[in-house]
Amino acid sequence: MNQLAIDLGAVLAAASPLIFATMGALLSERSGVINLSLDGTIMLGAMGGFTVALVTSSVPLGFGAAALIGAAIALILCILSLTLGQSQTAVGFVLALLGIELSSFLGAPVVRVPGPSVPFLPIPLLADLPIVGVIFFRHNLLIYLSFLLVPFIWWMLFHTRMGLTVRALGERPAAAFARGVPVTRMRYLMCILGGALVGIAGAAYSLDLRQGWSYRHTFGMGWIALAIVIFGGWRPWRVAFGCYLFAALEIVALRSQRTMAGVPTQVFQVAPFVLMILVLALVNLVSSPQALRRIASLPPILRGPVAMLVSRLAVAAPAALGQRFERP
Amino acid sequence: MEIAVTNLTKTFGSLRANDRLSLRFASGKIHGVLGENGAGKSTLMKLVSGFLQPDAGQLEFDGQPVRLRGPGDALGAGVGMVHQDPLDVPGFTALENLLCAAPRRAFPSRAMARTTLTTMAQRLGFTLAPDTPVGAMTVGQRQQLEIVRLLACGARTLILDEPTTGITAAQAQALFEALRQLAADGNTVLFVSHKLDEVAALCDTVSVLRTGQLVGEQLPMPQPQQRLLELMFGERIVQTSGQALLLAGVTVNEPPGVPVVHPGQDERSSEASPTTPLVWQLEQVTAREGMVRLRNVDLRIPQGRVIGLAGLDGSGQQLLLRLLAGRLHPDSGRILVNGVDMTRARTRTYREAGIEYLPADRMRDGIVGALSLTDHFALLQPAGITVDRQVAVQAARDAIAAYEIKATPITPLIALSGGNQQRAMLALVPDACRGLACEQPTRGLDVASAQGIWQRLQARCATGCSVVFASADLDELMAYSDEILVFFAGEMSALLPRATLTGARLAELIGGVGFERSAP
Repeated sequence: MNQLAIDLGAVLAAASPLIFATMGALLSERSGVINLSLDGTIMLGAMGGFTVALVTSSVPLGFGAAALIGAAIALILCILSLTLGQSQTAVGFVLALLGIELSSFLGAPVVRVPGPSVPFLPIPLLADLPIVGVIFFRHNLLIYLSFLLVPFIWWMLFHTRMGLTVRALGERPAAAFARGVPVTRMRYLMCILGGALVGIAGAAYSLDLRQGWSYRHTFGMGWIALAIVIFGGWRPWRVAFGCYLFAALEIVALRSQRTMAGVPTQVFQVAPFVLMILVLALVNLVSSPQALRRIASLPPILRGPVAMLVSRLAVAAPAALGQRFERP
Repeated sequence: MEIAVTNLTKTFGSLRANDRLSLRFASGKIHGVLGENGAGKSTLMKLVSGFLQPDAGQLEFDGQPVRLRGPGDALGAGVGMVHQDPLDVPGFTALENLLCAAPRRAFPSRAMARTTLTTMAQRLGFTLAPDTPVGAMTVGQRQQLEIVRLLACGARTLILDEPTTGITAAQAQALFEALRQLAADGNTVLFVSHKLDEVAALCDTVSVLRTGQLVGEQLPMPQPQQRLLELMFGERIVQTSGQALLLAGVTVNEPPGVPVVHPGQDERSSEASPTTPLVWQLEQVTAREGMVRLRNVDLRIPQGRVIGLAGLDGSGQQLLLRLLAGRLHPDSGRILVNGVDMTRARTRTYREAGIEYLPADRMRDGIVGALSLTDHFALLQPAGITVDRQVAVQAARDAIAAYEIKATPITPLIALSGGNQQRAMLALVPDACRGLACEQPTRGLDVASAQGIWQRLQARCATGCSVVFASADLDELMAYSDEILVFFAGEMSALLPRATLTGARLAELIGGVGFERSAP
């Protein structure tokens, strides 16, 4: 029982960088800007955050630097795509590659140098609770923040006027424009805020989860974060669930490595990614037009519940995602 | 509030959409703005509501010069516009739409917004539920929601751009009532339309635009229809008065709603005999799509007929068209095309049998916007590895000449006007076509373009092709159908010969008065 609690706590901790990255991507994509540079941003954030923390011996400064790096990359994306009208996909992809290579180049001096990390901070009293304390309250400040970030983003998007505006930007920017919203300026803001969160996700790796910096330290996490946002249907709670699921798969893979020695280690490293793709494919299959037609031909008793399940599972992307808005 | 424009000019490239317009709209009245498609009505309205910025000229609200940097500024100053396709967010509920980016003083809280929505909807005679997703509403309801939103956000002048396109007659009546009430309360209403009868029914004054210029300023209503037509269409009408009026689809000296009688049509109605071969035959067909369903439909459509489908939006007309075109398979029953059972056949088989489908949403389902007419003809060539561009270019040239499409063979279709796109779509229908299912064939077209489309359709009928079309326009249904099918609440009437119907009777049937389902 206690081992299970410890494992669950480990899952929550392991998912924290993904939470920051996905919530950042969510913010940006809900406003209609697709930021494909996530992988590069996380890597530059990890490298930059670690280096700054190392040089200044200050973990908060490291996180600040990572956030600034993320915001700067998002700003470049915005200028090139929103202002200069280039494809968001193309620019984002190139920025991802650039970030990956640049982090290797600039980060060479700090490879495998021991550095500072986020201090362990069990919450007094609460940490001593049985089970619950082990799962939720024996972490560090960063992980507590990741717990708070999901409800905050959810509340912001679905319970504030600001959130309504952001969602309108992603669904139909022309409608937002008609209501007097400065569309491009708001998209800049959301994309840059999102970028800062993604940068923090990078530092969460190098200063907490996988302390230190090495060549391609966080490779692949950005792409996974993008996939989780899609899998989560752009809904904060479901996206968070996707993050925790992925983290759990990683930990299970790690455990199985020990128990099933015969299987090559690469299998376990790759397994979470493969499973993620399968889940994504499944979700998209259920929501395809063919599947809908098949549902329509089910016997009436089954049709209702199945249709409801599918409509819950399959969520359409923000309608204007990746599209440029030009004022008339 | 009073709205005045002075020397307002707006150009798009080489086109002068608005050319030194000077106009004054007094408060508390309903002002009609008439003009053909492309006369510059929408441009003027977008300038007044801040969507566009003028190249030259001056705007004044209540005597104060204003400079609008966007629609937000205009709404802040009290001017709101309802667009032809309402600018709302389909994923939001009605309430969320109301709250989205609205000034805080308009709706201090969600609960207040809910109250405002229900009370205002009730006062204006609208049927709006706060928690319905906008995507599930009809165009008419979305319009109503926009009106409520604009008023709640402080609009004292409402601009409506072609508001009756795509809404039902009953919704149009509700809208007119609400507009009259708003004007009586002191609001200014600008009503943009190309439909004379609506302007006559609703407006206190009318202004007429032609090719970006003001040709009739603040004429008090009523005006003789002929005079308005002359203003709208200019010399064309003056030269050959009678014919041009027919071209405009309006009869002079007769109240609106009376159908235009086309020479030759009546003889054709009587000539169909039981021995004419059938294009379509439906036997006990039951089908459903989404919420709409048709049960036990029996229908026989012989060659060379025009069948009009009437009814409120989403009463099953589209479902029947999609069944006829093979885009949807019935749950039970049989569909025969030219005497061959095609119940479960694929769309391609239908097309090989000469059945074509013209969808209402041209840009989404009908044509590929970025491709030219030549490309479209190339796509129609028989399957193979290469396309013969020479043949395709020739076909495009022929189509442009035959259908009077204003385009070159290589113009992307998205660059064409609605009427030209519709004619291009019709030109793409092969000559061998035996049956044509069209949804709203003249939606959004001006009267001249619509008339042109119908001339083509009727020419096809003369060669034995049958046309089945759905339309929300009663005049169109009465003018061109040989027989009419009325849809009401998921039921379908028998084929009603046009000669037995009047416009008023048809409107009653659509509203369910005396509606009788076809014998099962």
